[in-house]
Amino acid sequence: MDTQTRQSTGRRAFLKTSLGTAGGLVLSFYLPSAGAAEKMAPAAVFAPNAYLRIAAGGAVTVVCPFVEMGQGAYTAIPMLLAEELEVDLAKVRVEHAPADEKLYGHPLFGAQLTGASASVRGAWEPMRKAGAAARIMLVSAAASTWGVEPSSCAAAQGVVTHQASGRKLSYGELAAKAAGMPVPKDVPLKPAASFRLVGTAAKRLDVPSKTNGTAKFGIDAQVPGMKVAAVAACPVFGGKLASVDDSKARAVKGVRQVVKLDNAVAVIADHTGAARKGLAALAITWDEGPNAKFSGAEWERQLEAAMKGKGQMALNEGAYAKLVEGGARQVEATYVMPFLAHATMEPMNCTVQVRKDGVDVWTGTQAAGRAQAFVAKALNVDPATVRINNFLLGGGFGRRLEVDYIVQAALIARQVAYPVKVIWSREEDMQHDLYRPLYRDELAMALDAQGKPVGFRHRFAGSAIEARYAPMWMKDGIDTDAIDAAASPYDFAHKVVEFHPVETAVPTGFWRGVGPTHNTFVIEGFMDELAVAAKADPLAYRRAVLSKEPRALAVLELAAQKAGWGKTMAPGSGMGMALAVAWGSYAACVIEVAVDPAGQVSLKRVVAAIDCGQAVHTDGVIAQIESGSVYGLTAALYGKLTLENGRVAQSNFHDYPVLRMNEVPPIEAHLVKSGEAPGGVGEIGCAMVAPALVNAVFAATGKRLRRLPVEAEQLKQA
Amino acid sequence: MAQLNVNGTTRDFEAEDDTPLLWVLREQLGMTGTKYGCGVAQCGACTVHIDGEATRSCVLPVSALNAKQKIVTIEGLSKDGSHPVQKAWAALDVPQCGFCQSGMIMAAAALLKQKPKATDADIDAAMTNICRCGTYNRVRAAIKVVAKGADPKSAGLAITHVGDHAGSKA
Repeated sequence: MDTQTRQSTGRRAFLKTSLGTAGGLVLSFYLPSAGAAEKMAPAAVFAPNAYLRIAAGGAVTVVCPFVEMGQGAYTAIPMLLAEELEVDLAKVRVEHAPADEKLYGHPLFGAQLTGASASVRGAWEPMRKAGAAARIMLVSAAASTWGVEPSSCAAAQGVVTHQASGRKLSYGELAAKAAGMPVPKDVPLKPAASFRLVGTAAKRLDVPSKTNGTAKFGIDAQVPGMKVAAVAACPVFGGKLASVDDSKARAVKGVRQVVKLDNAVAVIADHTGAARKGLAALAITWDEGPNAKFSGAEWERQLEAAMKGKGQMALNEGAYAKLVEGGARQVEATYVMPFLAHATMEPMNCTVQVRKDGVDVWTGTQAAGRAQAFVAKALNVDPATVRINNFLLGGGFGRRLEVDYIVQAALIARQVAYPVKVIWSREEDMQHDLYRPLYRDELAMALDAQGKPVGFRHRFAGSAIEARYAPMWMKDGIDTDAIDAAASPYDFAHKVVEFHPVETAVPTGFWRGVGPTHNTFVIEGFMDELAVAAKADPLAYRRAVLSKEPRALAVLELAAQKAGWGKTMAPGSGMGMALAVAWGSYAACVIEVAVDPAGQVSLKRVVAAIDCGQAVHTDGVIAQIESGSVYGLTAALYGKLTLENGRVAQSNFHDYPVLRMNEVPPIEAHLVKSGEAPGGVGEIGCAMVAPALVNAVFAATGKRLRRLPVEAEQLKQA
Repeated sequence: MAQLNVNGTTRDFEAEDDTPLLWVLREQLGMTGTKYGCGVAQCGACTVHIDGEATRSCVLPVSALNAKQKIVTIEGLSKDGSHPVQKAWAALDVPQCGFCQSGMIMAAAALLKQKPKATDADIDAAMTNICRCGTYNRVRAAIKVVAKGADPKSAGLAITHVGDHAGSKA
């Protein structure tokens, strides 16, 4: 396949897998133009676009529009640029992009966001073009210096060589002249066959700093004159601060000020030790407001009731209703997934200085543009005067797409005359998250006369996150993320997806894969049930309805083959499988478990296969499968957030446990080599494991789990 | 004014007796490599060595220490990232977000000092740190590389490519 055809089909696939944002936004790719050069620091001699600077000494800096939160963006994104620029990846310096929606907005979102497994997909073309355009200008500069044709020169490892004469000039030597060269209009890209970096297991660029203590996260921000704050917000969602007696707090040595917000109190001190002591010494009275009696159990009943009404018809293909009216046999099941916290390792924190002439924010955020806009709005200042200084993120998982902690810090900082770093305690972080919504799903499959599945109806209720976060992403008034992957990848002639958006007192937010993670769980659990009911092998049962999805079938077969699917298992042990198709990628896994008589589940092995199209950083893909698997299994085995009296009952890792080293099984990830357009990999591992787990538990125990987390109580032998 | 011996240097600091060592390191002494994760000794992000023992600094009041006890933080584990554990970590690209990794590395270094031939069971018992990115298997592999004095390539993290598409040698 030639380059041009490959690119255009790649683009179509890219659009098809987009998150439903307006197609026009794709046109807003920022490509090399002269304007950006003015914004660059003077040290940069050559800054042909917003992503790249080359200094006179030859140092190459990539300004990464996507943040690094563990997913490897600071390696994969520079790889794309370095591939075309022809520089040594290890010598590239990576810099956080400043907040600038225009320069650094994601083409899929129309905003500067890192999430939805979309960074490589968004960067795939623009970053390579940015590198290629710069290389063309550097080669032109060399050719012009020597008075030869650019086509007689070649670039490699930061040096342009005139092939006939062997003359050489480094990028550093050429940088000043390259800046004056015309910006190329036509920027051809390498065919895949010529890739030297893309598709390799390059070393991560951020590892040295993450092994010697020099990596800087938001919590590590050091600003001259800075003080630190400990904060307590009303534990009841929607509650307010009624009054606070701070006399004892003020008496704590090192405490400087006590600052009140509508719904929180902050104690500012010279050091965290004093701030926390001060916070503990406050006597706070909360006005708990209308949600003081809210409970999760009551909420589940409300969701059930809501589903008796009419939902949003997100998809209605074929004639499901007629099928049922005609007497087709239906199999039905109800699934429930709990609210979940993100529990990033780095608790929420933000440092802010409010001056007369502007505001500085130091934090780790997945949404720098949003942070800038929301701080400006909260402080009633011009967004152009708000500078977001972004840091490495000690975990994102969607939590740092939210800017609540940043706005809160700004509201505290505006009341004091110095920069203040607000650090949430783990307890505050756990109890003031924006949670993965609780979902209730009612699934039905209509069977034909031979018992084959032909009609799938998926009705579910829960929060519509997009409606709050980014209404512009909704399509026909429907949350495109909530319904993502809700129809299943399977070939059923009749499909219905009906969504009942219902909101509650509990704030909800994106959580490693939200829509597809939720939908994949219920669909893959249900498929296993159907296979069992049909007395069919779960792999064969899926294969029969995957004829139109060869990539999906291929990963499923591969995972099954590598896992030894079908082998005889010891009593109390079992294997389960699941397929996930989302974010432009295909993944499948087989999980092996053992369940003891007390109902304790041990994970024995995870075997995964992934086809993410062209893998950019192969080891990064593998790492994300490992990572997503652990995050997803943690949620499936332990993730349970309970709400009573309008507040979250859990507070720290002792009562919101997570998987640790001794519980994590070997995870094998097999990467399918592919030349298709890149797909996302940050979340699909998380999506695939929970259903494979409950299916494995069924194989081991004969007990079907339709409610997460998996609890020993459900599996205990009588 | 009190004193602590951190990474071989005696440091003066001023803090209330009940201030956890973690915050003194991070704020009074400006060494931010040691992280706050939970504050209740659950997650291990704050792990440092005190006289060679892996210790969770978030619950250790600074008054419990004297200037003779040797505190080592991630910044002092080696001058140039050359400690075998750091090298193994780099060879296997262990970190993801990296926030827990200082604690992981300090816990692993203490384990390997005590048990140079650490087994899986030793690793399970000693490495109770939390990582939300799920780097556990690479942490284990890296520790084994050090324990066995092995080539990182033998750690079993080789990538399996399956299939091929015509025309690509990527």
